[in-house]
Amino acid sequence: MVDAIKIENVSKSYGELRALNKLSLNIKQGEFFGLLGPNGAGKSTLISALAGLLSTDAGSLSVMGHDVVADYRQARSALGVVPQEIVMDPFFTVRETLEFQSGYFGISNNSQWIDELLDQLGLADKANSNMRQLSGGMKRRVLIAQALVHKPNVLVLDEPTAGVDVELRQSLWRFVRRLHREGHTIVLTTHYLEEAEELCDRIAIINKGELIALESKEDLLAKGLGNTLLVRSKQSINSVPPSYESKVSRLEANEVEIVLNREVDSVMQILDDLRQHGLDIEFVNVMNDSLEDVFVRLTVAPGGAR
Amino acid sequence: MNAIATLTLLKKEVKRWRKVWLQTVLAPVITALLYLAVFGHVLEGRVEVFPGISYGAFLIPGLLMMSVIQNAFANTSSSLIQSKVMGSIVFVLLPPFSAFEMFLAYIGAAILRGMAVGVGVFLVALFYVKVPPVHDIFLIIGFAVLGSYVMGALGLIAGMWAEKFDQIAAFQSFLIMPLTFLSGVFYSINSLPPFWASVSYLNPFFYMIDGFRYGFFGQSDQPVMISFFVMLSAAVVLTGFCVKLLATGYKLRDA
Ligand SMILES: Nc1ncnc2c1ncn2[C@@H]1O[C@H](COP(=O)(O)OP(=O)(O)OP(=O)(O)O)[C@@H](O)[C@H]1O
Ligand SMILES: [Mg+2]
Repeated sequence: MVDAIKIENVSKSYGELRALNKLSLNIKQGEFFGLLGPNGAGKSTLISALAGLLSTDAGSLSVMGHDVVADYRQARSALGVVPQEIVMDPFFTVRETLEFQSGYFGISNNSQWIDELLDQLGLADKANSNMRQLSGGMKRRVLIAQALVHKPNVLVLDEPTAGVDVELRQSLWRFVRRLHREGHTIVLTTHYLEEAEELCDRIAIINKGELIALESKEDLLAKGLGNTLLVRSKQSINSVPPSYESKVSRLEANEVEIVLNREVDSVMQILDDLRQHGLDIEFVNVMNDSLEDVFVRLTVAPGGAR
Repeated sequence: MNAIATLTLLKKEVKRWRKVWLQTVLAPVITALLYLAVFGHVLEGRVEVFPGISYGAFLIPGLLMMSVIQNAFANTSSSLIQSKVMGSIVFVLLPPFSAFEMFLAYIGAAILRGMAVGVGVFLVALFYVKVPPVHDIFLIIGFAVLGSYVMGALGLIAGMWAEKFDQIAAFQSFLIMPLTFLSGVFYSINSLPPFWASVSYLNPFFYMIDGFRYGFFGQSDQPVMISFFVMLSAAVVLTGFCVKLLATGYKLRDA
Protein backbone atom coordinates (compact mmCIF):
# COMPACT_ATOMS: atom_id res chain seq x y z
CA MET A 1 0.00 0.00 0.00
CA VAL A 2 1.28 3.41 -0.93
CA ASP A 3 2.25 5.75 1.91
CA ALA A 4 -0.30 8.41 2.82
CA ILE A 5 2.50 10.97 3.06
CA LYS A 6 6.02 10.67 1.78
CA ILE A 7 8.52 13.39 2.55
CA GLU A 8 11.96 12.94 1.08
CA ASN A 9 14.95 15.12 1.85
CA VAL A 10 12.94 18.30 1.94
CA SER A 11 14.79 21.56 2.56
CA LYS A 12 13.45 25.07 2.74
CA SER A 13 15.32 28.23 3.69
CA TYR A 14 14.15 31.73 4.40
CA GLY A 15 17.29 33.66 3.69
CA GLU A 16 19.84 32.40 6.20
CA LEU A 17 17.26 30.52 8.21
CA ARG A 18 16.88 26.82 7.48
CA ALA A 19 13.24 26.17 8.27
CA LEU A 20 13.46 22.58 6.97
CA ASN A 21 16.73 20.74 6.71
CA LYS A 22 16.82 17.57 4.58
CA LEU A 23 13.79 16.25 6.36
CA SER A 24 12.46 12.80 5.47
CA LEU A 25 9.37 11.20 6.90
CA ASN A 26 6.83 8.62 5.79
CA ILE A 27 3.34 8.28 7.18
CA LYS A 28 1.35 5.17 6.45
CA GLN A 29 -2.27 5.05 5.47
CA GLY A 30 -4.56 4.83 8.44
CA GLU A 31 -2.03 6.19 10.92
CA PHE A 32 -2.85 8.74 13.58
CA PHE A 33 0.39 10.66 13.47
CA GLY A 34 1.67 13.33 15.83
CA LEU A 35 4.04 16.03 14.64
CA LEU A 36 5.59 17.77 17.60
CA GLY A 37 8.23 20.39 18.12
CA PRO A 38 8.83 23.74 19.78
CA ASN A 39 7.81 27.10 18.28
CA GLY A 40 9.60 27.69 15.02
CA ALA A 41 10.58 24.04 14.58
CA GLY A 42 9.22 23.97 11.03
CA LYS A 43 5.95 22.10 11.53
CA SER A 44 3.76 24.60 9.72
CA THR A 45 6.36 25.08 7.02
CA LEU A 46 6.29 21.35 6.37
CA ILE A 47 2.50 21.34 6.22
CA SER A 48 2.50 24.29 3.81
CA ALA A 49 4.93 22.48 1.56
CA LEU A 50 2.70 19.43 1.63
CA ALA A 51 -0.33 21.53 0.71
CA GLY A 52 1.47 23.25 -2.15
CA LEU A 53 1.31 26.61 -0.41
CA LEU A 54 5.06 26.77 -0.47
CA SER A 55 7.76 25.72 -2.87
CA THR A 56 10.69 23.83 -1.43
CA ASP A 57 14.38 24.28 -2.24
CA ALA A 58 15.07 20.57 -2.48
CA GLY A 59 13.44 17.20 -2.01
CA SER A 60 10.00 15.90 -2.85
CA LEU A 61 6.68 15.41 -1.14
CA SER A 62 3.74 13.25 -2.09
CA VAL A 63 0.25 12.59 -0.78
CA MET A 64 -1.24 9.16 -1.44
CA GLY A 65 1.50 8.60 -3.99
CA HIS A 66 0.83 11.82 -5.89
CA ASP A 67 3.67 14.31 -6.10
CA VAL A 68 2.48 17.63 -4.69
CA VAL A 69 3.99 19.54 -7.62
CA ALA A 70 3.69 17.28 -10.65
CA ASP A 71 0.33 15.71 -9.72
CA TYR A 72 -0.97 18.59 -7.67
CA ARG A 73 -4.59 17.94 -8.59
CA GLN A 74 -4.69 14.41 -7.16
CA ALA A 75 -2.42 15.34 -4.25
CA ARG A 76 -4.61 18.26 -3.19
CA SER A 77 -7.82 16.30 -3.64
CA ALA A 78 -6.51 13.71 -1.21
CA LEU A 79 -5.48 16.28 1.39
CA GLY A 80 -7.43 18.35 3.89
CA VAL A 81 -5.55 21.00 5.84
CA VAL A 82 -6.65 22.94 8.90
CA PRO A 83 -4.31 25.94 8.97
CA GLN A 84 -2.82 27.13 12.23
CA GLU A 85 -3.90 30.74 11.77
CA ILE A 86 -7.58 31.53 11.95
CA VAL A 87 -8.62 32.92 8.60
CA MET A 88 -12.05 33.50 7.13
CA ASP A 89 -13.89 35.23 4.35
CA PRO A 90 -16.02 37.90 6.05
CA PHE A 91 -18.49 38.16 3.18
CA PHE A 92 -20.21 34.84 3.72
CA THR A 93 -22.17 32.74 6.16
CA VAL A 94 -20.90 29.46 7.59
CA ARG A 95 -23.01 27.42 5.20
CA GLU A 96 -22.01 29.46 2.17
CA THR A 97 -18.38 29.06 3.15
CA LEU A 98 -18.74 25.28 3.27
CA GLU A 99 -20.74 25.09 0.06
CA PHE A 100 -18.15 27.11 -1.81
CA GLN A 101 -15.35 24.99 -0.41
CA SER A 102 -17.13 21.83 -1.58
CA GLY A 103 -17.53 23.28 -5.04
CA TYR A 104 -13.84 24.13 -5.23
CA PHE A 105 -13.17 20.42 -4.88
CA GLY A 106 -15.65 19.67 -7.64
CA ILE A 107 -18.49 18.56 -5.37
CA SER A 108 -21.78 20.18 -6.28
CA ASN A 109 -24.33 18.66 -3.96
CA ASN A 110 -22.83 18.23 -0.55
CA SER A 111 -25.52 19.43 1.83
CA GLN A 112 -25.90 16.10 3.60
CA TRP A 113 -22.22 15.92 4.55
CA ILE A 114 -22.16 19.64 5.33
CA ASP A 115 -25.08 19.19 7.71
CA GLU A 116 -23.27 16.35 9.39
CA LEU A 117 -20.09 18.39 9.72
CA LEU A 118 -22.05 21.31 11.18
CA ASP A 119 -23.69 18.97 13.60
CA GLN A 120 -20.53 17.15 14.65
CA LEU A 121 -18.63 20.37 15.17
CA GLY A 122 -21.41 22.06 17.10
CA LEU A 123 -22.05 24.65 14.42
CA ALA A 124 -25.60 23.71 13.45
CA ASP A 125 -27.15 26.78 15.06
CA LYS A 126 -24.54 29.04 13.45
CA ALA A 127 -25.03 27.74 9.92
CA ASN A 128 -26.59 30.96 8.71
CA SER A 129 -24.49 33.35 10.75
CA ASN A 130 -22.00 35.53 9.01
CA MET A 131 -18.40 34.44 9.57
CA ARG A 132 -17.66 37.81 11.18
CA GLN A 133 -20.16 37.13 13.96
CA LEU A 134 -18.44 33.96 15.15
CA SER A 135 -16.12 33.74 18.12
CA GLY A 136 -12.53 32.67 17.59
CA GLY A 137 -13.16 29.09 18.63
CA MET A 138 -16.13 28.84 16.30
CA LYS A 139 -14.13 30.20 13.40
CA ARG A 140 -11.66 27.44 14.06
CA ARG A 141 -14.43 24.87 13.94
CA VAL A 142 -15.42 26.23 10.53
CA LEU A 143 -11.82 25.85 9.39
CA ILE A 144 -11.95 22.22 10.45
CA ALA A 145 -15.21 21.70 8.58
CA GLN A 146 -13.73 23.38 5.51
CA ALA A 147 -10.82 20.95 5.53
CA LEU A 148 -13.25 18.05 5.59
CA VAL A 149 -15.81 19.00 2.92
CA HIS A 150 -14.24 16.68 0.38
CA LYS A 151 -13.67 13.79 2.82
CA PRO A 152 -9.92 13.81 2.23
CA ASN A 153 -7.91 10.62 2.66
CA VAL A 154 -5.38 12.55 4.68
CA LEU A 155 -6.36 15.17 7.23
CA VAL A 156 -3.69 17.48 8.59
CA LEU A 157 -4.55 19.54 11.65
CA ASP A 158 -2.10 22.30 12.55
CA GLU A 159 -2.72 22.94 16.25
CA PRO A 160 -6.48 22.60 16.04
CA THR A 161 -7.02 22.91 19.77
CA ALA A 162 -5.27 26.25 20.28
CA GLY A 163 -7.88 28.61 21.68
CA VAL A 164 -10.61 26.01 21.79
CA ASP A 165 -12.63 25.27 24.93
CA VAL A 166 -12.50 21.95 26.76
CA GLU A 167 -15.90 20.86 25.55
CA LEU A 168 -15.07 21.34 21.90
CA ARG A 169 -11.67 19.76 22.42
CA GLN A 170 -13.44 16.62 23.63
CA SER A 171 -16.00 16.57 20.85
CA LEU A 172 -13.35 17.41 18.27
CA TRP A 173 -11.24 14.46 19.33
CA ARG A 174 -14.25 12.19 19.33
CA PHE A 175 -14.98 13.28 15.77
CA VAL A 176 -11.39 12.99 14.59
CA ARG A 177 -11.16 9.53 16.16
CA ARG A 178 -14.23 8.53 14.24
CA LEU A 179 -12.68 9.78 11.01
CA HIS A 180 -9.59 7.80 11.88
CA ARG A 181 -11.65 4.67 12.50
CA GLU A 182 -13.31 5.17 9.14
CA GLY A 183 -9.92 4.97 7.51
CA HIS A 184 -8.70 8.55 7.25
CA THR A 185 -5.05 9.19 7.92
CA ILE A 186 -4.68 11.90 10.54
CA VAL A 187 -1.68 14.13 11.10
CA LEU A 188 -1.78 16.35 14.12
CA THR A 189 0.54 19.04 15.37
CA THR A 190 0.18 20.12 18.94
CA HIS A 191 2.13 21.54 21.81
CA TYR A 192 0.39 19.28 24.30
CA LEU A 193 2.28 16.06 24.78
CA GLU A 194 -0.67 14.45 26.57
CA GLU A 195 -2.86 15.17 23.59
CA ALA A 196 -0.46 13.51 21.19
CA GLU A 197 0.06 10.65 23.62
CA GLU A 198 -3.62 10.03 23.99
CA LEU A 199 -4.41 10.11 20.30
CA CYS A 200 -1.41 9.24 18.17
CA ASP A 201 0.02 5.87 17.19
CA ARG A 202 3.31 7.35 16.13
CA ILE A 203 5.04 10.58 17.02
CA ALA A 204 7.71 12.59 15.25
CA ILE A 205 9.54 15.37 16.99
CA ILE A 206 11.20 17.99 14.89
CA ASN A 207 13.47 20.78 15.96
CA LYS A 208 15.17 23.43 13.84
CA GLY A 209 13.84 21.78 10.71
CA GLU A 210 15.30 18.39 11.53
CA LEU A 211 13.76 15.17 12.71
CA ILE A 212 15.05 14.40 16.19
CA ALA A 213 12.74 11.52 17.05
CA LEU A 214 10.34 9.29 15.21
CA GLU A 215 8.83 6.55 17.28
CA SER A 216 5.71 4.71 18.22
CA LYS A 217 4.00 6.09 21.25
CA GLU A 218 4.96 2.96 23.24
CA ASP A 219 8.64 3.41 22.49
CA LEU A 220 8.52 7.04 23.47
CA LEU A 221 6.85 6.12 26.72
CA ALA A 222 9.37 3.39 27.32
CA LYS A 223 12.03 6.04 27.20
CA GLY A 224 10.38 7.46 30.24
CA LEU A 225 8.70 10.34 28.57
CA GLY A 226 5.48 11.47 30.01
CA ASN A 227 5.38 12.25 33.70
CA THR A 228 7.63 13.02 36.55
CA LEU A 229 6.84 12.17 40.15
CA LEU A 230 7.92 14.75 42.68
CA VAL A 231 8.30 13.54 46.24
CA ARG A 232 9.12 15.87 49.14
CA SER A 233 10.20 14.41 52.40
CA LYS A 234 10.23 16.03 55.84
CA GLN A 235 13.94 15.32 56.14
CA SER A 236 16.61 15.66 53.52
CA ILE A 237 16.90 12.69 51.18
CA ASN A 238 20.25 10.99 50.89
CA SER A 239 19.44 8.03 48.68
CA VAL A 240 16.68 6.11 46.93
CA PRO A 241 16.26 2.33 46.58
CA PRO A 242 18.87 1.03 44.10
CA SER A 243 16.22 -0.04 41.57
CA TYR A 244 15.13 3.61 41.22
CA GLU A 245 18.54 5.16 40.87
CA SER A 246 18.45 5.19 37.09
CA LYS A 247 15.10 6.95 37.09
CA VAL A 248 15.97 9.88 39.28
CA SER A 249 16.07 13.08 37.31
CA ARG A 250 16.75 15.36 40.26
CA LEU A 251 17.74 14.85 43.88
CA GLU A 252 18.15 17.94 46.03
CA ALA A 253 17.79 18.50 49.75
CA ASN A 254 14.43 17.04 50.69
CA GLU A 255 13.07 16.62 47.13
CA VAL A 256 13.44 13.85 44.62
CA GLU A 257 12.04 13.64 41.10
CA ILE A 258 11.47 10.29 39.46
CA VAL A 259 10.71 9.85 35.80
CA LEU A 260 7.63 7.70 35.40
CA ASN A 261 7.02 5.13 32.77
CA ARG A 262 3.27 5.11 32.84
CA GLU A 263 2.97 1.77 31.15
CA VAL A 264 4.82 -0.12 33.89
CA ASP A 265 5.22 2.11 36.90
CA SER A 266 2.68 2.34 39.65
CA VAL A 267 2.84 5.54 41.66
CA MET A 268 1.52 3.75 44.75
CA GLN A 269 4.22 1.10 44.47
CA ILE A 270 6.95 3.72 44.17
CA LEU A 271 5.65 5.60 47.18
CA ASP A 272 5.51 2.38 49.19
CA ASP A 273 9.07 1.54 48.21
CA LEU A 274 10.27 5.01 49.14
CA ARG A 275 8.53 4.86 52.51
CA GLN A 276 10.13 1.48 53.15
CA HIS A 277 13.47 3.07 52.29
CA GLY A 278 12.85 5.43 55.18
CA LEU A 279 11.45 8.55 53.53
CA ASP A 280 8.96 10.50 55.59
CA ILE A 281 6.78 11.70 52.71
CA GLU A 282 5.23 15.11 53.14
CA PHE A 283 4.09 16.06 49.64
CA VAL A 284 3.63 14.30 46.29
CA ASN A 285 2.96 15.70 42.83
CA VAL A 286 2.76 14.09 39.41
CA MET A 287 3.95 16.55 36.79
CA ASN A 288 3.32 16.37 33.07
CA ASP A 289 6.55 16.68 31.19
CA SER A 290 6.68 19.71 29.01
CA LEU A 291 7.83 19.24 25.47
CA GLU A 292 10.97 21.09 26.42
CA ASP A 293 11.80 18.36 28.95
CA VAL A 294 11.29 15.83 26.23
CA PHE A 295 13.54 17.63 23.78
CA VAL A 296 16.28 18.00 26.33
CA ARG A 297 16.09 14.34 27.22
CA LEU A 298 15.96 13.26 23.60
CA THR A 299 18.80 15.39 22.42
CA VAL A 300 21.11 14.36 25.25
CA ALA A 301 20.14 10.68 25.36
CA PRO A 302 22.60 8.63 23.32
CA GLY A 303 19.74 6.42 22.14
CA GLY A 304 17.82 9.35 20.69
CA ALA A 305 17.37 9.04 16.95
CA ARG A 306 19.52 11.64 15.25
CA MET B 1 -10.95 21.48 -16.71
CA ASN B 2 -13.23 21.11 -13.71
CA ALA B 3 -16.44 22.94 -14.54
CA ILE B 4 -17.99 22.67 -11.08
CA ALA B 5 -14.91 24.09 -9.38
CA THR B 6 -14.56 26.93 -11.87
CA LEU B 7 -18.24 27.85 -11.71
CA THR B 8 -18.20 27.74 -7.92
CA LEU B 9 -15.30 30.16 -7.74
CA LEU B 10 -17.03 32.38 -10.28
CA LYS B 11 -20.20 32.27 -8.22
CA LYS B 12 -18.33 33.14 -5.06
CA GLU B 13 -16.56 36.04 -6.73
CA VAL B 14 -19.87 37.37 -8.08
CA LYS B 15 -21.56 36.98 -4.72
CA ARG B 16 -18.72 38.92 -3.17
CA TRP B 17 -19.54 42.07 -5.13
CA ARG B 18 -23.28 41.51 -5.12
CA LYS B 19 -23.40 41.45 -1.33
CA VAL B 20 -21.96 44.97 -1.25
CA TRP B 21 -23.73 46.30 -4.35
CA LEU B 22 -24.19 49.75 -2.89
CA GLN B 23 -20.48 50.19 -3.02
CA THR B 24 -19.67 48.07 -6.06
CA VAL B 25 -22.51 48.97 -8.42
CA LEU B 26 -24.54 51.91 -7.20
CA ALA B 27 -21.60 54.11 -6.21
CA PRO B 28 -19.93 53.97 -9.65
CA VAL B 29 -23.28 54.58 -11.35
CA ILE B 30 -23.72 57.74 -9.30
CA THR B 31 -20.18 58.87 -10.09
CA ALA B 32 -20.83 58.47 -13.80
CA LEU B 33 -24.07 60.35 -13.42
CA LEU B 34 -22.27 63.26 -11.76
CA TYR B 35 -19.80 63.49 -14.63
CA LEU B 36 -22.66 63.42 -17.05
CA ALA B 37 -24.61 66.08 -15.18
CA VAL B 38 -21.68 68.44 -14.76
CA PHE B 39 -19.83 68.09 -18.06
CA GLY B 40 -22.95 67.48 -20.07
CA HIS B 41 -24.57 70.58 -18.64
CA VAL B 42 -21.56 72.87 -18.95
CA LEU B 43 -20.55 71.83 -22.44
CA GLU B 44 -23.93 71.01 -23.97
CA GLY B 45 -24.44 73.08 -27.11
CA ARG B 46 -20.88 74.43 -27.04
CA VAL B 47 -19.10 71.39 -28.31
CA GLU B 48 -20.12 69.03 -31.04
CA VAL B 49 -17.61 66.26 -31.49
CA PHE B 50 -19.41 64.17 -34.06
CA PRO B 51 -21.78 65.92 -36.45
CA GLY B 52 -25.39 65.56 -35.43
CA ILE B 53 -24.60 64.14 -31.97
CA SER B 54 -25.10 66.30 -28.90
CA TYR B 55 -22.22 66.51 -26.43
CA GLY B 56 -24.30 64.81 -23.75
CA ALA B 57 -24.95 61.89 -26.06
CA PHE B 58 -21.29 61.81 -27.08
CA LEU B 59 -20.28 61.53 -23.45
CA ILE B 60 -22.42 58.51 -22.66
CA PRO B 61 -20.42 55.74 -24.34
CA GLY B 62 -17.14 57.07 -22.95
CA LEU B 63 -18.48 57.38 -19.42
CA LEU B 64 -20.13 54.00 -19.69
CA MET B 65 -16.97 52.29 -20.84
CA MET B 66 -14.92 54.12 -18.24
CA SER B 67 -17.22 52.82 -15.50
CA VAL B 68 -17.21 49.32 -16.95
CA ILE B 69 -13.44 48.99 -17.11
CA GLN B 70 -12.67 50.74 -13.84
CA ASN B 71 -15.00 48.37 -12.02
CA ALA B 72 -13.69 45.30 -13.77
CA PHE B 73 -10.23 46.33 -12.60
CA ALA B 74 -11.45 47.10 -9.10
CA ASN B 75 -13.15 43.72 -8.81
CA THR B 76 -10.20 41.45 -9.41
CA SER B 77 -7.65 43.68 -7.71
CA SER B 78 -9.66 44.25 -4.55
CA SER B 79 -10.79 40.65 -4.27
CA LEU B 80 -7.22 39.41 -4.44
CA ILE B 81 -5.65 41.97 -2.16
CA GLN B 82 -8.44 41.48 0.37
CA SER B 83 -8.10 37.72 0.48
CA LYS B 84 -4.32 38.02 0.62
CA VAL B 85 -4.39 40.47 3.51
CA MET B 86 -7.08 38.47 5.36
CA GLY B 87 -5.42 35.16 4.59
CA SER B 88 -8.58 33.66 3.11
CA ILE B 89 -6.71 33.17 -0.17
CA VAL B 90 -5.70 29.74 1.21
CA PHE B 91 -9.24 28.53 0.63
CA VAL B 92 -8.60 28.98 -3.08
CA LEU B 93 -5.00 27.78 -2.98
CA LEU B 94 -5.66 24.50 -1.16
CA PRO B 95 -8.17 23.04 -3.66
CA PRO B 96 -6.93 21.51 -6.93
CA PHE B 97 -7.53 24.55 -9.16
CA SER B 98 -5.51 24.91 -12.32
CA ALA B 99 -4.18 28.37 -13.12
CA PHE B 100 -6.53 28.70 -16.07
CA GLU B 101 -9.60 27.77 -14.01
CA MET B 102 -8.74 30.42 -11.46
CA PHE B 103 -8.17 32.95 -14.22
CA LEU B 104 -11.53 32.26 -15.85
CA ALA B 105 -13.43 32.53 -12.58
CA TYR B 106 -11.83 35.82 -11.51
CA ILE B 107 -12.14 37.39 -14.96
CA GLY B 108 -15.72 36.17 -15.34
CA ALA B 109 -16.73 37.87 -12.12
CA ALA B 110 -14.97 41.06 -13.21
CA ILE B 111 -16.79 41.08 -16.53
CA LEU B 112 -20.15 40.54 -14.84
CA ARG B 113 -19.51 43.41 -12.42
CA GLY B 114 -18.45 45.61 -15.34
CA MET B 115 -21.67 44.73 -17.16
CA ALA B 116 -23.83 45.38 -14.10
CA VAL B 117 -22.31 48.83 -13.68
CA GLY B 118 -22.51 49.51 -17.42
CA VAL B 119 -26.19 48.65 -17.61
CA GLY B 120 -26.80 50.77 -14.52
CA VAL B 121 -25.05 53.79 -16.01
CA PHE B 122 -26.87 53.37 -19.29
CA LEU B 123 -30.32 53.13 -17.71
CA VAL B 124 -29.73 56.19 -15.56
CA ALA B 125 -28.26 58.13 -18.47
CA LEU B 126 -31.41 57.55 -20.49
CA PHE B 127 -33.24 59.87 -18.09
CA TYR B 128 -30.74 62.61 -18.73
CA VAL B 129 -29.85 62.61 -22.37
CA LYS B 130 -31.58 61.75 -25.57
CA VAL B 131 -29.47 58.89 -26.84
CA PRO B 132 -29.64 58.32 -30.58
CA PRO B 133 -30.48 54.75 -31.68
CA VAL B 134 -27.47 52.50 -31.29
CA HIS B 135 -25.50 51.58 -34.38
CA ASP B 136 -24.51 47.99 -33.49
CA ILE B 137 -25.43 46.40 -30.17
CA PHE B 138 -23.11 43.44 -30.74
CA LEU B 139 -20.10 45.68 -31.12
CA ILE B 140 -21.13 47.47 -27.94
CA ILE B 141 -21.35 44.24 -25.99
CA GLY B 142 -18.23 42.85 -27.62
CA PHE B 143 -16.12 45.86 -26.68
CA ALA B 144 -17.56 45.99 -23.17
CA VAL B 145 -16.69 42.33 -22.63
CA LEU B 146 -13.23 42.68 -24.14
CA GLY B 147 -12.56 45.88 -22.20
CA SER B 148 -13.57 44.38 -18.88
CA TYR B 149 -11.68 41.18 -19.70
CA VAL B 150 -8.50 43.14 -20.30
CA MET B 151 -8.99 45.33 -17.25
CA GLY B 152 -9.97 42.38 -15.07
CA ALA B 153 -6.72 40.74 -16.10
CA LEU B 154 -4.75 43.89 -15.26
CA GLY B 155 -6.51 43.97 -11.90
CA LEU B 156 -5.54 40.37 -11.32
CA ILE B 157 -1.89 41.21 -11.94
CA ALA B 158 -2.10 44.27 -9.68
CA GLY B 159 -3.80 42.23 -6.97
CA MET B 160 -1.16 39.53 -7.11
CA TRP B 161 1.68 42.04 -7.09
CA ALA B 162 0.36 44.30 -4.33
CA GLU B 163 0.90 43.56 -0.66
CA LYS B 164 -1.16 46.42 0.73
CA PHE B 165 -4.38 48.16 -0.15
CA ASP B 166 -2.70 51.48 -0.84
CA GLN B 167 -0.57 49.90 -3.54
CA ILE B 168 -3.78 49.09 -5.40
CA ALA B 169 -4.99 52.63 -4.83
CA ALA B 170 -1.70 53.93 -6.26
CA PHE B 171 -2.10 51.69 -9.29
CA GLN B 172 -5.56 53.16 -9.82
CA SER B 173 -4.61 56.82 -9.30
CA PHE B 174 -1.34 56.83 -11.21
CA LEU B 175 -2.09 54.47 -14.05
CA ILE B 176 -5.73 53.62 -14.59
CA MET B 177 -7.25 57.06 -13.97
CA PRO B 178 -4.82 59.08 -16.12
CA LEU B 179 -4.98 56.59 -18.97
CA THR B 180 -8.78 56.53 -18.98
CA PHE B 181 -9.09 60.30 -18.74
CA LEU B 182 -6.62 60.77 -21.57
CA SER B 183 -8.20 58.13 -23.74
CA GLY B 184 -10.89 60.32 -25.24
CA VAL B 185 -13.73 59.76 -22.81
CA PHE B 186 -14.55 63.47 -22.84
CA TYR B 187 -13.31 64.46 -26.29
CA SER B 188 -12.33 63.16 -29.68
CA ILE B 189 -8.58 62.84 -29.95
CA ASN B 190 -8.85 64.51 -33.36
CA SER B 191 -9.55 67.73 -31.50
CA LEU B 192 -6.12 67.50 -29.81
CA PRO B 193 -2.93 69.11 -31.12
CA PRO B 194 -1.24 66.63 -33.51
CA PHE B 195 1.45 65.64 -31.03
CA TRP B 196 -0.99 64.69 -28.28
CA ALA B 197 -3.26 63.03 -30.77
CA SER B 198 -0.46 60.71 -31.86
CA VAL B 199 0.51 60.04 -28.24
CA SER B 200 -3.07 58.97 -27.64
CA TYR B 201 -2.66 56.18 -30.15
CA LEU B 202 -0.18 54.62 -27.74
CA ASN B 203 -2.79 54.55 -25.00
CA PRO B 204 -4.48 51.15 -25.00
CA PHE B 205 -7.56 52.59 -23.32
CA PHE B 206 -8.15 54.79 -26.33
CA TYR B 207 -9.01 51.73 -28.42
CA MET B 208 -11.48 50.47 -25.83
CA ILE B 209 -13.35 53.75 -25.73
CA ASP B 210 -13.15 54.45 -29.43
CA GLY B 211 -14.34 51.03 -30.53
CA PHE B 212 -17.10 51.04 -27.95
CA ARG B 213 -18.27 54.47 -29.12
CA TYR B 214 -18.33 53.24 -32.71
CA GLY B 215 -20.91 50.67 -31.60
CA PHE B 216 -23.17 53.55 -30.55
CA PHE B 217 -22.70 56.08 -33.34
CA GLY B 218 -21.06 54.28 -36.23
CA GLN B 219 -18.40 57.00 -36.06
CA SER B 220 -14.96 56.85 -34.49
CA ASP B 221 -11.45 58.26 -34.57
CA GLN B 222 -9.97 54.93 -35.64
CA PRO B 223 -11.28 52.22 -37.94
CA VAL B 224 -13.19 49.94 -35.59
CA MET B 225 -11.41 46.81 -36.81
CA ILE B 226 -8.10 48.21 -35.62
CA SER B 227 -9.49 48.89 -32.18
CA PHE B 228 -10.96 45.42 -32.07
CA PHE B 229 -7.67 43.85 -33.07
CA VAL B 230 -5.72 45.86 -30.50
CA MET B 231 -8.13 44.77 -27.76
CA LEU B 232 -8.08 41.16 -28.81
CA SER B 233 -4.30 41.08 -28.84
CA ALA B 234 -4.18 42.68 -25.40
CA ALA B 235 -6.60 40.05 -24.13
CA VAL B 236 -4.53 37.19 -25.53
CA VAL B 237 -1.24 38.51 -24.18
CA LEU B 238 -2.68 39.25 -20.75
CA THR B 239 -4.32 35.83 -20.55
CA GLY B 240 -0.98 34.16 -21.15
CA PHE B 241 0.74 36.40 -18.64
CA CYS B 242 -1.88 35.94 -15.91
CA VAL B 243 -2.04 32.17 -16.31
CA LYS B 244 1.74 32.04 -16.07
CA LEU B 245 1.72 34.12 -12.87
CA LEU B 246 -1.07 32.06 -11.33
CA ALA B 247 0.67 28.82 -12.23
CA THR B 248 3.86 29.89 -10.47
CA GLY B 249 1.80 31.23 -7.58
CA TYR B 250 3.46 34.63 -7.90
CA LYS B 251 3.14 36.34 -4.49
CA LEU B 252 0.24 34.05 -3.62
CA ARG B 253 2.02 30.88 -2.70
CA ASP B 254 5.36 31.22 -0.93
CA ALA B 255 4.16 34.54 0.46
N1 LIG C 1 7.36 33.59 5.47
C1 LIG C 1 8.42 33.42 6.26
N2 LIG C 1 9.50 34.21 6.12
C2 LIG C 1 10.59 34.06 6.90
N3 LIG C 1 10.70 33.13 7.84
C3 LIG C 1 9.67 32.31 8.04
C4 LIG C 1 8.48 32.41 7.27
N4 LIG C 1 7.61 31.46 7.68
C5 LIG C 1 8.23 30.80 8.68
N5 LIG C 1 9.46 31.30 8.90
C6 LIG C 1 10.43 30.80 9.88
O1 LIG C 1 10.60 29.42 9.68
C7 LIG C 1 10.74 28.75 10.91
C8 LIG C 1 9.70 27.65 11.02
O2 LIG C 1 8.43 28.22 11.16
P1 LIG C 1 7.12 27.35 11.32
O3 LIG C 1 5.97 28.27 11.24
O4 LIG C 1 7.16 26.22 10.38
O5 LIG C 1 7.27 26.80 12.81
P2 LIG C 1 6.27 25.88 13.63
O6 LIG C 1 7.00 24.64 13.95
O7 LIG C 1 4.98 25.74 12.94
O8 LIG C 1 6.10 26.74 14.96
P3 LIG C 1 4.80 26.97 15.89
O9 LIG C 1 4.78 25.85 16.86
O10 LIG C 1 5.12 28.26 16.56
O11 LIG C 1 3.61 27.04 15.02
C9 LIG C 1 10.60 29.81 11.99
O12 LIG C 1 11.89 30.16 12.42
C10 LIG C 1 9.95 30.96 11.29
O13 LIG C 1 10.36 32.18 11.85
MG1 LIG D 1 3.12 26.29 13.31
